[in-house]
Amino acid sequence: MGETKNILLSGVGGQGIILASKILSTGLINDGYDVKMSEVHGMAQRGGSVTTQVRYGEKVDSPIIGKGQADILVSFEVMETGRWLEFVKPTGQVIINQWEIGSAPILSGKALYPKGVVEEIASKIDHTTVIDAAQLAKDLGNIRTMNVVIVGALIKALGLENLDWEEVIRSTVKPRFVDINIEALKIGMAQIK
Amino acid sequence: MKKLMTGNEAVARGAYEAGVTYASAYPGTPSTEILENIGPYKEDIIAEWAPNEKVALESAFGASFAGARSLAAMKHVGVNVAADALMTMGYTGVTGGFVLVSADDPGCHSSQNEQDNRIFAKFAKIACIEPSDSQESKDFIKEAYTISEAFDVAVMFRMTTRVCHSKGLVAFEEREEREIIPYEKQVQKFIVAPAHAQKLHPYVEDKLKRLEAFSNETPLNREEWYGAEIGIVTSGVAYTYAKEVFKETANYLKIGFSNPLPMDKIRAFSQKVKTLYVIEELEPFMEDQMRAAGIACIGKEKIPLVGELSPDVIEAALLGKKSDFLSVSPDKIVPRPPTLCAGCPHRGFFYGLGKKKNLVVTGDIGCYTLGFAEPLNAIDSVHCMGASISMGHGAQKAFKKHGVEKRVVSVIGDSTFLHTGINSLLTVAYNGGNTVNVILDNRITAMTGHQENPGTGFTLQGDPAKEVNLEDLVKAIGIEHVKTINPLKLKEVDAALEEAFEFDGPSVIITRWPCALKRYSEKDIEEFGPLENQCQVIEDKCKGCRICTKTGCPAISFDNDKKKAFIDPNQCVGCMVCLQSCPFNAIERVVK
Repeated sequence: MGETKNILLSGVGGQGIILASKILSTGLINDGYDVKMSEVHGMAQRGGSVTTQVRYGEKVDSPIIGKGQADILVSFEVMETGRWLEFVKPTGQVIINQWEIGSAPILSGKALYPKGVVEEIASKIDHTTVIDAAQLAKDLGNIRTMNVVIVGALIKALGLENLDWEEVIRSTVKPRFVDINIEALKIGMAQIK
Repeated sequence: MKKLMTGNEAVARGAYEAGVTYASAYPGTPSTEILENIGPYKEDIIAEWAPNEKVALESAFGASFAGARSLAAMKHVGVNVAADALMTMGYTGVTGGFVLVSADDPGCHSSQNEQDNRIFAKFAKIACIEPSDSQESKDFIKEAYTISEAFDVAVMFRMTTRVCHSKGLVAFEEREEREIIPYEKQVQKFIVAPAHAQKLHPYVEDKLKRLEAFSNETPLNREEWYGAEIGIVTSGVAYTYAKEVFKETANYLKIGFSNPLPMDKIRAFSQKVKTLYVIEELEPFMEDQMRAAGIACIGKEKIPLVGELSPDVIEAALLGKKSDFLSVSPDKIVPRPPTLCAGCPHRGFFYGLGKKKNLVVTGDIGCYTLGFAEPLNAIDSVHCMGASISMGHGAQKAFKKHGVEKRVVSVIGDSTFLHTGINSLLTVAYNGGNTVNVILDNRITAMTGHQENPGTGFTLQGDPAKEVNLEDLVKAIGIEHVKTINPLKLKEVDAALEEAFEFDGPSVIITRWPCALKRYSEKDIEEFGPLENQCQVIEDKCKGCRICTKTGCPAISFDNDKKKAFIDPNQCVGCMVCLQSCPFNAIERVVK
């Protein structure tokens, strides 16, 4: 199973990051990996910046990683990619969801949403992919599947697309949302070459 | 079968498997999910929310006194509230196995300090067990009950945020049913009158010696030997970080039973290695005791005492290594502080309060702590549970005594009021205070993720419960000026504050409206009605004054190009605070 892989998911409270990491970790466990996952609850949920770390391999010790150690950063929101970029290996990979959410100083007009974040990251990390998961989810008929589109992209980027993800979706989402989420996952996978 | 679980979920499972029949807690991050996950074992375990941690600990102690296995859970600062009961439990011991879960928060992820409660275990003369991951959180709980009953000792089960909230795979076992230990009256043990306490103390000191002998033998303290020259004494989640960094280039003495420490085992380990590191989070709890026992080691002179550890912190501290990383330029990142949610009932109240001049506002612990932040700027202090009302009382008395013309307003949530605020209000009434006390009653314990409390009408396990009437309660305490208002109506807020300021004597304002994220009960729907409105900006009327953004609602943004406000229909729940704030009637109500 090789070396332990480190994944960092970042975004904003309410974007469905917890479910996304649950889908990923369930698939990994079904495939026999040891998995550790770390989340922070509490104040972070009040519209603040949120991250989840997922580590998998043959045997995983620490549930958390430090700066410069994530193999992949998957960011559900543009500015959050910048905030957490320091955690990515310089040779690592970044997947950015082209979706902007203003924070309090921006909403009140005290600050502007930063421009050029994606370009700057792409200039620093060679392996940067931008996806428009919101549009893809809208086209699919439910913008709330945006998080699953992103997980699909992540799964493909990890080379794990051949696991039984349909089964994972069935065991992690409500029955009436199973079909649309399976579609969302496939659409996400197709975004990564 | 193996399941991916948080440490908190694993503790709940462990308590179930250990045959626990009674558990009590007050919610507090990172401990809350322990009781939430015990709740569903309703057939086997009574799980209760207590009004505060002292009550939780005493209730669980009572169940142990009666002969049952019991558990109390709380965050680290909750143990301060429960300390009076805990310190004497060291003397009395237990009957049925007793475990206190203390969930510490290195790094202050969601706390006011980062105290290390292992020191409490030593201070209280009780045993301390520290799990490193989810599997141990389950397995060690079961050990804790065996130890508790074998040594007649309370056990502190010390977890930290990363153990509580990290997930790992956990293998299940069956529940072991336990008969209650037959009750025997033991006055010398359980009545801690001075004559008895004097006899209990030497007994406790002897017990600690027996526990130390056990500590040297138990597999909870285990050596992992790789034939290296470096030795590492470590405990809790720090063990997983140390392994991550050193892998098989060091030997480990993993301490799972940390009070009393296995000093003989540590000494024997230290003699087999060339360099001895002590890797522990927060205080030098093990290190200080090792040094006092004459064991040379390297610890806090290199490893930070402040904040949480992580593999990279340890790597930098001990090996001088740093991973390369890249950053974006600072202008690409705007802070994203937590905010009150769209539709939060606290917003209307703080918006009104923030406009009043010459006030000092003492706050408390809960979502409403965020009332201090921009743009509301409505709170001056937040200290500990219940302190708003008592600090406000003392401040008002001092201002008056020294001729300072300031009014004091104390704001506190419903659950926090019932936790310890009620005691503080007694001093206000009894000692002739003159503060305005505001109970922000959002019908739930919100910040920790919606737990029931004595004011909500339901128990932890979902049964209907007696519901405290806050108005009657504060009147019974002796508060004469009491007003209940809807905090979403700005005129009501303003009028209630003005009336309270004019009243000569202490007053209470109760703002009664549910948390915007609360799942309404049938009674809630009857009282507060279904939510069906939304607000919308009428662009022609909007003058771009930005007053609506001063409410701090995350659904409202200001378009700097158009110079108009915008309300996000995906977030707005129609509380209509912004509509009332707009001086140009440029916000209208629309049906969703």
